Amino acid sequence: MFASAIDIAVKYWPMFWAGIKTTLLLSITGTVIGLLIGLVVGSVRSVCSKSESRDSGVAKAVKKIVYFITCVYVEFFRGTPMMVQAVFLYYGLKPVFNWDTTVAGICIISINTGAYMAEILRSGLQSVDVGQTEAARSIGMTPAQTMFHVVLPQGVKNAFPAIGNEFVVNIKDSSVLNAISVTELFFQSNKIAGSIFKFTDTFLVTALVYLVLTFTTTRILRAIEIRMHRPPSSYPTSQTVPEARIKPEGGAQ
Amino acid sequence: MEHIVEIKNLKKHFGELRVLDDINFHIDKGDVITVIGSSGSGKSTLLRCINLLEIPDDGEILLHGKDILKGELDVNKHRAKVGMVFQSFNLFNNMSVLKNCMIGQMTVLKRSKEESQKKAEQLLATVGMSSFIGASPAQLSGGQRQRVAIARALCMDPEVLLFDEPTSALDPEMVGGVLAVMKDLAKSGLTMIVVTHEMGFAREVSSRVVFMDSGIILEEGPPEQIFTAPKNERTREFLSRYLA
Repeated sequence: MFASAIDIAVKYWPMFWAGIKTTLLLSITGTVIGLLIGLVVGSVRSVCSKSESRDSGVAKAVKKIVYFITCVYVEFFRGTPMMVQAVFLYYGLKPVFNWDTTVAGICIISINTGAYMAEILRSGLQSVDVGQTEAARSIGMTPAQTMFHVVLPQGVKNAFPAIGNEFVVNIKDSSVLNAISVTELFFQSNKIAGSIFKFTDTFLVTALVYLVLTFTTTRILRAIEIRMHRPPSSYPTSQTVPEARIKPEGGAQ
Repeated sequence: MEHIVEIKNLKKHFGELRVLDDINFHIDKGDVITVIGSSGSGKSTLLRCINLLEIPDDGEILLHGKDILKGELDVNKHRAKVGMVFQSFNLFNNMSVLKNCMIGQMTVLKRSKEESQKKAEQLLATVGMSSFIGASPAQLSGGQRQRVAIARALCMDPEVLLFDEPTSALDPEMVGGVLAVMKDLAKSGLTMIVVTHEMGFAREVSSRVVFMDSGIILEEGPPEQIFTAPKNERTREFLSRYLA
């Protein structure tokens, strides 16, 4: 079986390679765009889920409506299989966009990932100590500035392992997009296996390729994670201002 | 003379619990007011109300005679003028010491990067933290963090600086350094309201001591009077535990 699998891998490598490229394209762009969607939706949800005591009635109503819309988005895309979403959206929107399957695949995987990322980031943001927000507000930063400069960077860092995991999941789950004939790795494998009637051998190659992809990815992500948590080994010190005590200056008349 | 901050009939409830009940006091330029009292007496809530981190239920907080609870006041501008130093430091963990002191100047006061950095370096020097400007907060001790937090607040040129038990989370050994910085600030003429359990500091530095108990100001006066001849029975009882 192994010998046969090696033969297949060698002989049909160009087809596998085309599939690998599409799978990587789908998972990378899907994760990146999904992360951007998640950043926006997650931040919005995090801000809109709590109302400030000084908010006007209109602001409160707007927050509620926005929160409801994001809920519908998150629940729908997390609560239905991506394969179903793919078929539904691809054929449903084909008359409108007349889109290419790969483009449709990227859109679907991005929107799907976005729903998961929104929740991952929301929990990441909630894990940031409320003191950070209070400190930022106490020096006069607006809620948006607080989110952008203080809470979001820390929330993303906290959520990084889960974000990376989503990338690994996408490498594997992009295979369901074969349902709309996206020529990713699973679709290509099926085509090869069908033409030579050797399903077990072909899919042994496929499984190994997926394994190499996911294993490499997890190692890379782990390395990044360790790097992120390493504090600067040495820090520059001020050369410009000598240590000085506070001099009394005015005010104390 | 116009008071910097004047508080009139301030009330705050958390649910059924009455935290602040009809608080009245004022602070003038250069005043150092220490607020003492047992835990749960409403000291921190009072500070948080002045900074609008808590919104009072009733009453007035006047900054230069203008009520900050009414009308179209820009809350963020108000907060920039009223600095706050927290018990748990709350340095921004994702930024270096220097950046902690620059971010507010750049985003809120719209100062240039160069100007912000210059100011931050100066103030970090005054709190004795120059050699740590590139460090991340995680690399500092509690006392060092609190000194950076003070510098961060000072960078905003606040008219009043509020200290919410700034030394309560510190090792006894670290307390001295932070108090020394605060004493220097008081001498430099900065207007301060300090919630503290450091009676020595209160006695030495403050121009007025306010004693709070269950949401009420029970006694207020110069430190010598409060510490040597408290009028109120409750004040005497509270201080006896510290001074004995």
